Amino acid sequence: MPFACIYVPNFVVAARLRAEPELRTQAVAVLEGKPPLEKVWAVNEKAGRIGIAPGMTKAQAQLCWELALRPRSDLQESGAHAALLDCAQSFSPRVEDSACDTAVLDLAGLESLWRPLPTIAHRMFRRAADLGLVVNVAVAASADAALLAARGFPGVTVIPLGKEAEQLGPLPLEVMFADGLSDTQKEQSQQLLATLDRWGARNLRALAALPEVALSERLGQAGLRLQHRARGTASHTLVPLEPALVFEEAMELEHPIVLLEPLAFLLNRLLEQLCNRLAVRALAAQELRLTLELDYRAGASDESDDLIENRGIPRESDAPHHEEKSGFVQNAPHNNQHFSSTRQNRFCRTLRLPLPMLDAKLFLKLLQLDLNAHPPGAPIVKIHLAAEPSRPRSAQGGLFRPPSPEPEKLELTLARIAGLVGENKVGSLELLDTYRREGFRMRRFVAQAEQKKSATGQKHDADEKLNSPWLTDTAETKSAITALRLFRPPLHATVTLHDRQPALVVCGKKKDVQGNVLWKAGPWHISGDWWEREAWAREEWDIALQNENGVALYRLVHDLLGGAWFVEGTYD
Amino acid sequence: MGNFLHISDRFTAIDPRLAGVTPASRLSVRPAPEMVFSGIAAIDELTGGLPRGCLTEICGPASSGRTALLLAALSAATRRGEFCALVDASDALDPQSAAAASVQFERLLWIRCGESSPQKHFSTRQKADSKRNEGRNAENRLEQVLRITDLLLESGGFGMVALDLADLPPPAARRIPLATWFRFRRAVEPTSTVLLTLEQQPIAGSCSSLVMKLHADSGCYLSKSPLAFSPGRIPITEISHVPSHAQLLEQIEIKAELIRSRLEGKPVGSVAFASRTAWADVKAG
Repeated sequence: MPFACIYVPNFVVAARLRAEPELRTQAVAVLEGKPPLEKVWAVNEKAGRIGIAPGMTKAQAQLCWELALRPRSDLQESGAHAALLDCAQSFSPRVEDSACDTAVLDLAGLESLWRPLPTIAHRMFRRAADLGLVVNVAVAASADAALLAARGFPGVTVIPLGKEAEQLGPLPLEVMFADGLSDTQKEQSQQLLATLDRWGARNLRALAALPEVALSERLGQAGLRLQHRARGTASHTLVPLEPALVFEEAMELEHPIVLLEPLAFLLNRLLEQLCNRLAVRALAAQELRLTLELDYRAGASDESDDLIENRGIPRESDAPHHEEKSGFVQNAPHNNQHFSSTRQNRFCRTLRLPLPMLDAKLFLKLLQLDLNAHPPGAPIVKIHLAAEPSRPRSAQGGLFRPPSPEPEKLELTLARIAGLVGENKVGSLELLDTYRREGFRMRRFVAQAEQKKSATGQKHDADEKLNSPWLTDTAETKSAITALRLFRPPLHATVTLHDRQPALVVCGKKKDVQGNVLWKAGPWHISGDWWEREAWAREEWDIALQNENGVALYRLVHDLLGGAWFVEGTYD
Repeated sequence: MGNFLHISDRFTAIDPRLAGVTPASRLSVRPAPEMVFSGIAAIDELTGGLPRGCLTEICGPASSGRTALLLAALSAATRRGEFCALVDASDALDPQSAAAASVQFERLLWIRCGESSPQKHFSTRQKADSKRNEGRNAENRLEQVLRITDLLLESGGFGMVALDLADLPPPAARRIPLATWFRFRRAVEPTSTVLLTLEQQPIAGSCSSLVMKLHADSGCYLSKSPLAFSPGRIPITEISHVPSHAQLLEQIEIKAELIRSRLEGKPVGSVAFASRTAWADVKAG
């Protein structure tokens, strides 16, 4: 039964390089500790070559001008670990989370699916590289042999069945002990290594060649286990991981960001990482949650405000409506985008997508448009981005199906239009169950291909058609429906009554709408919501007025509660 | 016969640089656009339907039936399963009328342009000057409409994109540069989108493939009384003595004129049809 191991060498630095790929060409050292007692925790190969070693103080490391110093980040390490597991999970459902830098996976049965084992190993290597990780991949007949080979050999290693001892032989004994051991375990392993060193066993071949009985007498069962591992014959039962589908990426910033442009640059990087992770798991994003931690430094608020003003980020008080809903979720109150209250240091935006999508550029554009409309209002010190995974949409195209807008393009177009006219002024209509004028609301427009309706749905539609006096079938009647064009807001009119009927209408706002009433029909009394504070009662008249282009028909409304007259619209 | 050379080969023989030149005799003829049902049979008889990939202008004064035709076209398109967009420059769409015309709302993207653009704010002093403000609002709305139309046509996939400029004053509507209409025409040409505009007077010039003018047959749109279910053709002056509560607006008789058609040399003509009010059918039923 073949196993594979994916190992990330120098994990702490690798996690940092994943977040900042431009550092790959530089000497990098990762610091840990509280200032001013920071020490070098890990270095990359280039930093090692110029004499930087773990344990040095920050002051010592700073003497080297070409060295890039970065603080250790738990967020980035957890992101890198999640990416490693995603990479492994994309090949096999049986994955063991051995350590933060190591994942072991069971390859049984995958050969027929993914071709021979070396091809699988190379694919793993490439996929990890796509996720921003430089890894070692090893494939062997046992999990332990694969683990040792991945720790010891760079790149891709495939150990044929029965050749484990031969191939693992040159590796140093240190590969048998993981990095993340506790102090006691570390001490024990050091003692063990020192003992073996005294015996002259400095690599796995030498350890494998030691007589078993003598080794057992001196080191006990622990010694025998080590020897079996060195020979590649030991194997442990794989403990498969049940990973939670959590897709989050975060970034802590050393210096606060005050402009949206550099923020977009960082968001792009996070989005690409997220999309890559979703792609390897064959998933798409249904929702994106952006959380920004803001820096309201109480002592430096004036300075900070000046900085914000000068560099173009509007203040929080300049935002049009703090509780304004985004176009994405405007009709879903429980999912509202919410804006943090004053002086709270978290700013959250949620972009709910109508369909599962996986396009980092599209997400970035949508976030940019959203942040332009709702700026954070303070310098940003931490970015956290989470994606709600969902199965990618599957649609069967048809030659004879009418064209429909591409969902990704449409989403971007709608966001841009919402930026022009306002979020609540674009969408599709939904009539409300009321006779009140303007009894409708705007819904989010989703261009989804027609789906077969269930029998219940069809019955519901038929019932609705029967019950609603407004719904008539033009295809059946073969005639057009006279439409009303509304004036929003209704035009206030001065009406002269003759025998309690309108005889002269004068509308100050619109010169066309005035004159003697040539013809009238009405009044039609309507009222409603009398049990509520927003009660309404009105009389409607259909009137004809002469204007310069001929006769035009209008709807004249008398508000019975307020007493005012309005021209509500024109029949067209 | 063996020495016969095709005309393009002769070009090549004369000068190799002419190899890429297509002779006029071999230029492909642009196929006639597909025509779709406009929603009103009389209009289809007159024009053959609405052309896809072309700009169609519907113009006329208030109460001339422009909106009835627009809703009929939207209804027909949404019932065909197409997605439509309505760029409403004056925010004038009445949802009840659209429902009565059987427009499928889930397939209609309604964009309500107006004065409350988030990008435009007027000062109090500007608000005081109502005339100037009105002109500025019209310009603002026009700007919004054009930008939105650009975005929609770029996005693609819509069966119909309708621009409702019917309430814009003609001088403001005429300020749209001809280049903009050319751009719209070019954008819509390779697609199957019907680009429809509603306005008071034709404004797109030679960019439109079909121009229709509507006007109401004044005095012939009223019924005699609510008891007379069949509409009568009675002038207003003759029924002015009838009590107002005994009258009902049942239908408007509309005359449609084909002003220009660049499609298959359609002759100029006219046709009459009626648009009925929603309650007329309810009463008749």
